[in-house]
Amino acid sequence: MSDHTVMSPIPGVFYRKPSPDQEDYVKEGQHVNAGDILCLIEVMKNFYEVKAETNGVIERFCVENEDVVDAGQQIAILRVE
Amino acid sequence: MATFEKIMIANRGEIARRIIRTCRKMGIKTVAVYSEADLEAPYVEEADEAVCIGPAQAKKSYLDIEKIIQAARESEADAIHPGYGFLSENPQLVRRCEEENIVFIGPDALQIERMGSKIEARLHMKQAGVPVVPGWDGKLDRVEDALSIAEQVGYPIMLKASAGGGGIGMQLIHSEADLRKSFASTMQRASSSFGDGTLFIEKWIENPHHIEVQVACDAYGNAVHLFERECSVQRRNQKIIEETPSPFLDPLTKKRLLETALAGVKHIGYKNVGTMEFIMDEHKNFYFLEMNTRLQVEHPITEETTGIDLVELQIRLAEGEKLPFVQSDIQQTGHSIECRLYAEDPKTFFPSPGTIQELHLPDQDVRLDFAVKQGTKVSPFYDPMIGKIITHASTRELAIEKMKDCLKQVEVHGITTNLLLLEQVMGDRGFIEGNYTTRLVESVWDEGGS
Repeated sequence: MSDHTVMSPIPGVFYRKPSPDQEDYVKEGQHVNAGDILCLIEVMKNFYEVKAETNGVIERFCVENEDVVDAGQQIAILRVE
Repeated sequence: MATFEKIMIANRGEIARRIIRTCRKMGIKTVAVYSEADLEAPYVEEADEAVCIGPAQAKKSYLDIEKIIQAARESEADAIHPGYGFLSENPQLVRRCEEENIVFIGPDALQIERMGSKIEARLHMKQAGVPVVPGWDGKLDRVEDALSIAEQVGYPIMLKASAGGGGIGMQLIHSEADLRKSFASTMQRASSSFGDGTLFIEKWIENPHHIEVQVACDAYGNAVHLFERECSVQRRNQKIIEETPSPFLDPLTKKRLLETALAGVKHIGYKNVGTMEFIMDEHKNFYFLEMNTRLQVEHPITEETTGIDLVELQIRLAEGEKLPFVQSDIQQTGHSIECRLYAEDPKTFFPSPGTIQELHLPDQDVRLDFAVKQGTKVSPFYDPMIGKIITHASTRELAIEKMKDCLKQVEVHGITTNLLLLEQVMGDRGFIEGNYTTRLVESVWDEGGS
């Protein structure tokens, strides 16, 4: 078992859900497959999907919904089984 | 009649600087508002006063009506200029201004609401005898309704959000299966983006031209047009390059288009400056698309060819003055082109925020409406447009040549821009011949190489 850090590839605003009135893409403790969408980063009115690089369990998110993030900032920890 | 001593600009970037310029010329003091991300932006420094209205996210600053109203109250501004985008077409802001006895520089709330609902706008234009894109404005609650309407209109169709606009909230549908698949998600997206899931259907017009007409109206029933703008060079349904006059229009069609636009705004009793947008098919049939009840990004090309300062006109009309001219006073002189410089990849359009390390711009015989200077940070929170390059010459050929020269002199270091795409379009055979549609940008890389 090892931890995999998910980083934001771009600066922008972090969102956990596709739109304000919808559910989060993934919850803490949930299993995800490589390629699953974990969150969105809004950059200059465009939305960039951040996807899981490997299978694993979301241990935690490091930023709050709608927080501002920098490029390279840690946004989630994925536990690889 | 009011005379403004101080105007607050509820916007940012190049348009805030543009409005400050005219206010200064008119002897009016300016108040800028800025988010924490814009503290060091050039427009903040150029305004007479500046008020911070909150964090970087637009929702918490530039889109927060109460923060805007509070800033205007505290700075004792007589009027608010909304610029374009953000709250410029928000009737709630107009109503709050009325309550606070602050003049909103634009039309009244009712007119913004009427034109903001695309279905209602279509109905008003039909009453005025303005042709609208063939389609359906009735209720579309269930996919079954949409299917039977689409059958009558004929595929392909555009499924559009009534509260949408500016190229956002629409879906091209090719077939019955397509419609079944997309109906619910388009409705859902409209609902979450605009707070209103109402949809309508328009026939899809292939290889269209986007041509718009600038209008100005006073409160005494006078209305004029300031000619057309050709806006067919687009990416993702958003404009990149505009020019006036349109090379596609023949004199007769042009006359009909301008008269039709005027009939439309007179019918709704429009006040202040606005733009009627039309879509035109290859046979030069034109249809009303939407009305923008504000200043447009591409307004400079109209200013260059008519010699009229549109921001000054907006302010004077909001002060309650009559139109200072009649139609025959307004002449179109020469040809003008605008190129929008975006902080984005010229091929993928992927945004490129960052710091402008170096900026070199042409300085002769060109108009530059720029948001940034050397050293400005282009933040990831707002629109990627960093500036506009505008040329004006006696003929279209010369205006293109001037633009090519100017683009050659532009150098931006530190971020990626779409400069290459602008140069590519200026050298494109279809563009040079004046024979192009909204599909131009898709084809420009295939033909030109590089």
